[in-house]
Amino acid sequence: MRALLLIIVPLAGALVAALWRSDRSRPWLLPAVGTVHLALSIWLLAQPPVVAPAAWMGFDPVARAVLPLVSLLFFACSIYAVAYLRLRHERGNRVFVATLLAVIGLLSAGHQARHLGVLWIATEAVTLAAVPLLHFNGTPRAFEATWKYLLVGGTGIALSLLGSFCLGYASMHGGGSGDLTFVALAAQGAALSRPWVLIAWVLLLAGYGTKMGLAPMHTWKPDAYGEAPGIVGALLAGGVTTVAFTALLRVRAVVGAAGEGATADRTLLAIGLFSMGVAALFLLGTRNFKRMLAYSSVEHMGILSIAASLGPVGVFAALFHVWSNGLTKGALFLSSANIRRAANSASIDEVRGMAALTPRSAMIFVAGLFAVTASPPFGPFFSELLVVRAALGAGHYLAVLLFLACLLLAFFGLSRVVFAVVDGRPRPATVASSRRFVETAGALLPPALLLGLSLWLGLFTPDALRESWTAAAAQLFPAP
Amino acid sequence: MRDLNLLIGLAMGLNLVALGSSRLPSIIRATALQGVLLGIMPLVLEHDIGWQVVAVAVATALGKGVVIPGLLQRAMRAAHIEREIEPFIGFVPSLLLGALGTIAALAVARSLPLLPEHAKSLLVPGALASMLTGFVLLIGRVKAISQVCGYLIFENGIYLFGLLLIGSTPLLVEAGVLLDLTVGIFVIGIIVDRIQRAFDSLDTRKLTVLRE
Repeated sequence: MRALLLIIVPLAGALVAALWRSDRSRPWLLPAVGTVHLALSIWLLAQPPVVAPAAWMGFDPVARAVLPLVSLLFFACSIYAVAYLRLRHERGNRVFVATLLAVIGLLSAGHQARHLGVLWIATEAVTLAAVPLLHFNGTPRAFEATWKYLLVGGTGIALSLLGSFCLGYASMHGGGSGDLTFVALAAQGAALSRPWVLIAWVLLLAGYGTKMGLAPMHTWKPDAYGEAPGIVGALLAGGVTTVAFTALLRVRAVVGAAGEGATADRTLLAIGLFSMGVAALFLLGTRNFKRMLAYSSVEHMGILSIAASLGPVGVFAALFHVWSNGLTKGALFLSSANIRRAANSASIDEVRGMAALTPRSAMIFVAGLFAVTASPPFGPFFSELLVVRAALGAGHYLAVLLFLACLLLAFFGLSRVVFAVVDGRPRPATVASSRRFVETAGALLPPALLLGLSLWLGLFTPDALRESWTAAAAQLFPAP
Repeated sequence: MRDLNLLIGLAMGLNLVALGSSRLPSIIRATALQGVLLGIMPLVLEHDIGWQVVAVAVATALGKGVVIPGLLQRAMRAAHIEREIEPFIGFVPSLLLGALGTIAALAVARSLPLLPEHAKSLLVPGALASMLTGFVLLIGRVKAISQVCGYLIFENGIYLFGLLLIGSTPLLVEAGVLLDLTVGIFVIGIIVDRIQRAFDSLDTRKLTVLRE
């Protein structure tokens, strides 16, 4: 019941937001729901409920390992949103607030889905609910980004439905009873029809990989993250991509049970390395600091995919990285949103010297750069170290070499853009536009909180989290 | 089985109609008719027709055959566009692709390990051919409305494949799936409306500001 509240509370909040009359007070619903959601998920993290094996939804170890992060991220974003929507008082926020709440409710459903069909419905619903968030700014560029998001994302979601059907057919072919929960599918094991399992894996990897933003299906990402408000970017990068990633983990467990785990791991490793390479190359070329964050997200999705291919040790590292990357990306998205707002542009051709104009946001932005490029002692350093160790343990020496080379290139690309934005002497136009922006506590505390949490995660990883990641890895790789 | 294969054959023919026509109203009509055919299929397929099967059939026929085509026609009238001019992939090449794809789909489906009761049915080749048709329209046309039709035909192919499972999986999921798909297109339809207001042309070639 507590687990269902994670879904019901935000959805009820969305309904209230849609009916709420005052634009001025409506944004406060976000932190209200965010607080309840965070409290619930921490409670569930500390005292996990017993999930019936055949349940279609439930706060199982996999959900427990990831959902509290989404909750934390949403909490920070919800506080930021109050400050942000006050600045954007010229646009009505009814749709924005309602859909943001719906998105967090549906994300909670997606993370807890233990049934192939329910998982797909939740992911599809999140995809659709995010549409109004993407074109909140209402500019032609935002419409263009939304159109591409829908076409690419829509095709991806269609492919993952087809993949789900194929997995269902694999079960039916093997004499399955039509029960499409992941537990039942994995229990069929070698009885699943192998060719259909492989077809399903390819389609589901392409479909959910599109949602994650793995290259070459990442094309919607730079446009969407570049044109959407910072909070939306933070939630998409830390929350929506995570649902797709846990979906792949759950499917991977079924494919493993069917005896095709090695094939699945090879494809995950290849697509992960490819994503990292593509992202690193684009990072060296981009001149827009919001699009830069999108490519960085593609890179980290690649890291997750590589880690997921390395067995239980790798999955532990991947879940750790989901946390460290989500928190760090959140800090980067929110601080860059402040800079973008003050400078009225996101291009490094027009923005420079922001250390003088928005000193605190710039400080968080630079610290976030070091965190996301895996400098110690931030979280990503430790999670990526675990990934490297798992890969070395599995004997993937060439992959480790490529991995480290991509990280280095990405560091060059990211630091080039970040320091171009922060250093130098601001242009007169930027100085004029930044006068209208004040670095309020509401705009600074959330990114600072997320950055602090990323540091804390690196220095003192809580035992409860370690234990939850171990439990999730054990669920996905059951001992024979 | 023969009735079902007749319906699927008709749907496959409509794929070719959609590929070969340059006028948007005829593409929309072909898509709508295909939607209605798809709605009839579960009734032919299932021996004991319960209310769930009827619900799926009615929802499919209404959604794919009436509501979405209606929205598309509205968007088309609002933008005063009737024709697809200068597609990326011409009409004759698209038709050839579609015809070759249909033959290939029949060949591929034969080599797939299907259950004996599905081996004689056209469901899988029909699904593959429709997905291919949708894909050609999606990438080969420039007008947003033709692309949406392509997406719809692509989804029709997935639906055809899903019919293989209608007996074994709970229909609840099928209905939810159906609803989601319909809403998905609905939102795309609204976006088309928005794009039209922002660009006044419904020409996706003009969506080129964002590139690297």
